[in-house]
Amino acid sequence: MIITQLKDIEEIYGYIEPYNKILIAGCDGCCQPPRSLNEAKLLGQLLELKARTKGKDLKWKAITVLRQCDDRIAATTVRPLVEDYEAILTLACGLGVVMMNKVLPQKLTFPTQNSMFGGAQSNGENNFIELCETCGDCIIGETGGVCPRAGCAKHLSNGPCGGMVDGMCEVRGYTVPCAWVEIWKRLKEFNRLDLFKKYRGPRDYRTSTSPGYLEVYKEYTNVEEEKEEVKG
Amino acid sequence: MGKRPAYSNLCKAIEAGHFVFTGELEPKKILSLEEILHSAEEMKKTRKIVAANVTDGPQGDAYMCSLVPSYLVQEKVGLEAVWQVTVRDRNRVALFGDVIAGAVLGLKNILTLTGDHTSLGDHKKGRVVYDIDSTQFCEMLSIMIDEGTDYEGNEIEGGKIKMNYGCVANPNSNPREPEILKVGRKVEQGVDFIQTQTAFDIDEAKDFLKDLEQFNVPVLLGVFPLKSYGIAWYFDNYIPGVSVPKDLLKALKKAEKDNKGNKPAKYAALDKINIEFFEPFIKEIKKSTKAAGVHTMAVEYERLFEPLLRDFPEYVK
Repeated sequence: MIITQLKDIEEIYGYIEPYNKILIAGCDGCCQPPRSLNEAKLLGQLLELKARTKGKDLKWKAITVLRQCDDRIAATTVRPLVEDYEAILTLACGLGVVMMNKVLPQKLTFPTQNSMFGGAQSNGENNFIELCETCGDCIIGETGGVCPRAGCAKHLSNGPCGGMVDGMCEVRGYTVPCAWVEIWKRLKEFNRLDLFKKYRGPRDYRTSTSPGYLEVYKEYTNVEEEKEEVKG
Repeated sequence: MGKRPAYSNLCKAIEAGHFVFTGELEPKKILSLEEILHSAEEMKKTRKIVAANVTDGPQGDAYMCSLVPSYLVQEKVGLEAVWQVTVRDRNRVALFGDVIAGAVLGLKNILTLTGDHTSLGDHKKGRVVYDIDSTQFCEMLSIMIDEGTDYEGNEIEGGKIKMNYGCVANPNSNPREPEILKVGRKVEQGVDFIQTQTAFDIDEAKDFLKDLEQFNVPVLLGVFPLKSYGIAWYFDNYIPGVSVPKDLLKALKKAEKDNKGNKPAKYAALDKINIEFFEPFIKEIKKSTKAAGVHTMAVEYERLFEPLLRDFPEYVK
């Protein structure tokens, strides 16, 4: 899930100040906490109130999109509506904002969220936490299922640093466990400290150079080859 | 000493079997090196301190870089520098560039560190780098020293750099096992010496040194003489994993209170407390452990060296 945080209402209002009629688009995709139709309506009401304090009568409509980051879905859902509105506000993550601008170039789409991280939900502790940072070079197989890239503030590859105190990390005031202590505990439990001791060389950052890109059908090239074999 | 020749006076002294002492200099947010050079002079005069660490933005603060002060301490004072380099602020390209610059300037020791996170320092909004970690930095230095190439195998014109380097270890680490395993991995990369974070508990220090014996690499145990109650309090509260014994804190506080307004008397009282605590501490380390020496982090507290080390022989030419 992409974890997002609502921007300050002043900032959002600042984007739409020049307009009188806006479309507010929620997203039913993976955004969390939910950023769907209800949230879009709530934001519309807030902005309407805000506009009224400035003597403006803001008109708005709230809709929701199955997944704003899918160009086809975004375009087919929103395109029939855009002509009636001067600008679009989206509750989606950054992917949605960029995609809406791309598939609906005739209007400007503004964000309402700060996209934080790809996160997992922990229901017991009632929080979202980044367990993977999609770095493109996965080493979790060597670290007992704990990611030292998402989990370590210094992204270390070879064990804890001097900022670990009683198993906790110096960053955020010793409230977050040191990922490398967690990795050590886990590997020790399974008698796999050989993996802990293994030296890991410098990371190849080409795997996470922006903009990330993967051609969908390259993943399925073997299918093509099979076809050719049948032909032959 | 491992397979590598001793290029630095520090490593040569260790190789010659001396129980060595090193000091610490901290370039700060300042446009002058006067204080640092003065401290270095005082250290040199003792003839018991073979080299001084020059810190690289400790606690994540934005301070003067460590390269130039390291060079000037060697050049102007003639005291060898242990040039601290963290991997916090520079990627592998910049680290390589700095290291060969240091080599050209005649620096002989590097101490590799991860570096405190910027969120602890005075530029909390800054982005950290950590392109390579301290273990990988050790590997990079070994390649530069032993093979004369950069990290990717491209030759350095002029050949191998003539330097020794060390890594750090934390005796206050809890749990200790992952720390020891990490140090072991750095030893595998080829470190020449290990320097520890400060220790106040003699039994814990001895126990930690015992754990490091397996690596067969010279270890300098860190001690931190406390120049004032304020520094002790700061250290106790803000340095990760370090706690100053409560009795020591109390004694320092009392000494400052009792001698308020009388600087010489206050200094004498503070020095006395430090000497009473650290002199037997260091003697015990020398007597009953295999430590190669002691790293005294007495920043701007050079007046303590003479009385603190009075019973130790001169060995620096």
